Amino acid sequence: MSENSHFLTEQDPTSAPQQASSGSAFLTVEDLTVRFPTADGTVQAVTDLSYTLEQGKTLGIVGESGSGKSVSSMAIMGLHDPKRSEMSGSIRVGDTEILGLSNNKMQKIRGGDVAMIFQDPLTSLHPFYSIGDQISEGYRAHADVSKSKAKAKAIEMLDRVGIPQARSRVDDYPHHFSGGMRQRAMIAMALVNDPKLLIADEPTTALDVTVQAQILDLLQELQHDFDSAIIIITHDLGVVAEMADDVLVMYGGRGVEYGPCRDILTHPQMPYTWGLLSSVPDVTGDTSAQLIPIPGNPPSLLNPPTGCPFHPRCAHRDKVPGDLCRSELPQLIPGNRGPGHVKRCHLADPEEIYLTEILPEIAPDLVELIMHENDDVAPGNGR
Amino acid sequence: MVGYIIRRIVSGALVLLATSVAVFALFFYGPADPAEAYCPETRCTPERLENIRAGLGLDRPVLVQYGEYMKGIVVGNDFEIGSIAIPCDAPCLGVSFKLRVDVTDYLLDRFPATVSLAVGGSVIFLTLGLAVGIFAARRRGTSADKGIVGASLIVNAIPYYLLALLAYLYLISAWAIFPETAYVSPLEEGLLPWIKGLLLPWLVIGVFYSTQYARFGRGSMIEALNEDFVRTARAKGLPERKVVMKHGLRAAVVPIVTIFGLDFAGLLAGTVFTEQIFSIQGIGLSAIQAIGTKDLPIISATVLFAAFLVVTANIVVDIVYSMIDPRVRL
Amino acid sequence: MTQPQVAPASGNMPARRQPILEVTNLRKYFPVRSSGVVRRTIGQVQAVDGVSFEVPTGAALGLVGESGCGKSTTGRLITRLLDPTSGSMKFEGKEIGKLSNRQMLPLRKEIQMIFQDPYSSLNPRHTVGTIVGTPLRVHKIVPDKLVLDRVRELLEVVGLNPEHYNRYPSEFSGGQRQRIGIARALALQPKLLVADEPVSALDVSIQAQVVNLLQQLQREFDISFLFIAHDLAVVRHFCPEVAVMYLGKIVEVADRETLYNHPHHPYTQALLSAVPDVKQAAIGGRRERIRLEGDVPSPVNPPSGCRFRTRCWMARDICAKQEPPLLQIGPTHKVACHFAGEYGAMPTSPITLNALGVDQHGTPVSGEVASAEDLSKPGFSDEYTNLESHTRSSERLVGDKIVDDPKGDGTATRD
Repeated sequence: MSENSHFLTEQDPTSAPQQASSGSAFLTVEDLTVRFPTADGTVQAVTDLSYTLEQGKTLGIVGESGSGKSVSSMAIMGLHDPKRSEMSGSIRVGDTEILGLSNNKMQKIRGGDVAMIFQDPLTSLHPFYSIGDQISEGYRAHADVSKSKAKAKAIEMLDRVGIPQARSRVDDYPHHFSGGMRQRAMIAMALVNDPKLLIADEPTTALDVTVQAQILDLLQELQHDFDSAIIIITHDLGVVAEMADDVLVMYGGRGVEYGPCRDILTHPQMPYTWGLLSSVPDVTGDTSAQLIPIPGNPPSLLNPPTGCPFHPRCAHRDKVPGDLCRSELPQLIPGNRGPGHVKRCHLADPEEIYLTEILPEIAPDLVELIMHENDDVAPGNGR
Repeated sequence: MVGYIIRRIVSGALVLLATSVAVFALFFYGPADPAEAYCPETRCTPERLENIRAGLGLDRPVLVQYGEYMKGIVVGNDFEIGSIAIPCDAPCLGVSFKLRVDVTDYLLDRFPATVSLAVGGSVIFLTLGLAVGIFAARRRGTSADKGIVGASLIVNAIPYYLLALLAYLYLISAWAIFPETAYVSPLEEGLLPWIKGLLLPWLVIGVFYSTQYARFGRGSMIEALNEDFVRTARAKGLPERKVVMKHGLRAAVVPIVTIFGLDFAGLLAGTVFTEQIFSIQGIGLSAIQAIGTKDLPIISATVLFAAFLVVTANIVVDIVYSMIDPRVRL
Repeated sequence: MTQPQVAPASGNMPARRQPILEVTNLRKYFPVRSSGVVRRTIGQVQAVDGVSFEVPTGAALGLVGESGCGKSTTGRLITRLLDPTSGSMKFEGKEIGKLSNRQMLPLRKEIQMIFQDPYSSLNPRHTVGTIVGTPLRVHKIVPDKLVLDRVRELLEVVGLNPEHYNRYPSEFSGGQRQRIGIARALALQPKLLVADEPVSALDVSIQAQVVNLLQQLQREFDISFLFIAHDLAVVRHFCPEVAVMYLGKIVEVADRETLYNHPHHPYTQALLSAVPDVKQAAIGGRRERIRLEGDVPSPVNPPSGCRFRTRCWMARDICAKQEPPLLQIGPTHKVACHFAGEYGAMPTSPITLNALGVDQHGTPVSGEVASAEDLSKPGFSDEYTNLESHTRSSERLVGDKIVDDPKGDGTATRD
């Protein structure tokens, strides 16, 4: 593809050629920090965030408001105004360092190799232009083609994402589509240039649950066809459970747990993740299961808590000797589950606490199953 | 769409009807005696007044008089008082005995000057105002932005007539940078003389009104640039210029259309200060002069005319609105 | 005529109290006007089209469905923020559908509403004290000088600092604002709270806080709830009884266990299969997902007969001709489907024939009278139709004779 070769031969004069840090990682984020100076002080939106993602894989980033999940992803796209933000660390897409890249070069990557879809398709699409126009526009921004060719491509993409009668609907406006169709159109728009990385920021939050299922299915299908890497940002653990290969849990601007999806959901190692799993009800399972909310409120990013960002709301602080949780920031290191699953917590044996205290409360019917799974799997084998 | 237009025209016509009733009431029942309007000042005797009253038919019932007035608008009417007869063709808005003219002709004669002022001024204030507004919006928070906001506030705070007067006194009289202003018809005398005669008033109108559009455009643009769809446009990798103009401006311009429509209608109804200070024979000046001479037919006609313009402007704005924003279904 | 099975003696279940709210055949249509010169009404948005249900006293009924199903409109009808087009709503036995505003005033103390968006449902220019205290003043519940004390009490009950009554909503987080809204709703000590998506706009960890708060308040003050939401998991947690709505109609209503573990309506089945289940997915189990094609039809022009038939994998002739009535098939289970049954074991012949007096294909059968049961009666009765007698696929019961089905396609020879 012409965009691809252009991308690979470009030399960014400000950074020395880098080696990808692990095998075939397409995206490498290292110690990313994003700060916004404001009149009230500096908002520490993201601090020291690191993760990698390979092509063909899906990373789920889970967090609530103020966790920094959206901010970090927008940084990958270079969507923050450099005049209003301070960024440090490294974001590497393929062989290109994103941080510090000139806007011109960034424009070629945005919508080309890296594309993004947003939460609310009604407000994220321009109300005054037809869907076809908006898709063609995205295509022509990265490929030198005529208007009619671009329109044909738009029709092809709409068809690909499952919009019936694409030929006639391509001239319709966004408000003529239903919520699910609009999101499909957004996906079509994002995928028109065959991106290698697709970032989906809460793509189904604004949609009905049956439509959500359709969209998630579509994303998985398209990933299979295009072999793209997907980052799916969400607060919904169910979505993550269905879609993600790996999960990164964020809290207060930091990564607090990271590992294979299944392991994180069955053997979470960090009290915040326990809190998330405990506070979400289910449609199956024991109805006597308790809903255990996380007390308190998300942390202020202007004045983040000292030490561990979660400690003011953590119910297990007293299990850590001394005042460690308040005074010292825990490092992101492996716990009981092997090197692939890291967590940021001072607790010595989180697995124990989870299996004996938390799981019986929230999913008593799964206790047996997970305990036995534990017996078969030696620590360090992950899945 | 067609149904909408028809409905608006009907309701607009009703508004005009109500205005004509109010105008009529003012004319016939206002503090000024209408007969006096037709009585030459120097030789006005009570007898003459009576004659005029009879001649004008002021002793007839109200409804009949109103009927005659409305009939005049449709088919025309001839006025005769004593020896003076003034024909009045449809649409007849009355005659001015003081000026010995058919009001409609009189106003139509002066309308091109006002239109020229309005059009020229609008072109300047729209482009200048929006350009400044967009510039400031993109540099929001910087000193350039603050400077622009401050400057526009200061200019806006100066009363318009003062600005116009100062422009006249300095730029025409004292420093002679601009020639004497006057309206000349571009069709008769050519485009260049037309422009030369009106350039300074255009600039004054342009600069003064542009401050409002700069401020408003800035606000509207800031809002538009914060919209999700602008973020999407950037995420697609579009060049920033396209993001701002094609996506941001198109959305920001919608409320400005509304305001502009009404402003333009107001300008068409007569830019009084401009015409007075720069001696341009337009509708505004005529209205002021008529007030001075208590020439009621002209006054009431300009009121009706202004109402007509505002109603029409509203309808046009709504239609343009629906053309810009496909979500508005009429 | 099939003899309906009588329900087992109600010694198994707790005695049902008199329902606090009984809604029968409630309808709300919004007119659609043409765009011509004369704006005639050319259609109706049938937002709520004949729903009947009851809310048990001191308990909660969940109303779930997706966008456009009419659940929010139903909530607004009950609080009389909208006036019904037709139908009856009885609060504590008294008809409230047609009361004038003045007559409604004392009732507004009894029925209150909690809204979805904590950011826009509180007036940003009023202090918290004013917001919570205004209902007290309007209804003169307490003398003016005691209002502040009562406000402080209410703030404490919902878990807020009572000394914050002088603050403005903008100084609070989303979850806290929702608590303020709840405090306001509680101020008048209502008997019925209509909660319209009370937690959807909140963060996950805060949702749990608010849901727990509502449960606690329910127990403490014996408040009945109509809990409207699209989140099936939250509704399951909160409501012992749940009704599912689709395009203005109730398609299934049952107690929690039955609805979630044995849904009998295809839409309910599809809905439940679409919800991602964290715990199941985590251990590798995954329910087979039922894929629904297409979009919800327009409520201006709903499909004839059963509204779900355009997306239903079981749809047959009768579905287009006859609207399935909400038939009671269990002690606390009602379904509106001609082929209601467990997923994978749905009957091949319709179960509603006797109730409607029609044949297999939906054509009215002469000589057969529709069942005398009043099918739009809210709540559950002691008698219900037993489905087992309908699942034998090669037989059909006509009258009280069992007739053979020689062709095997459901058309029987009549006797």
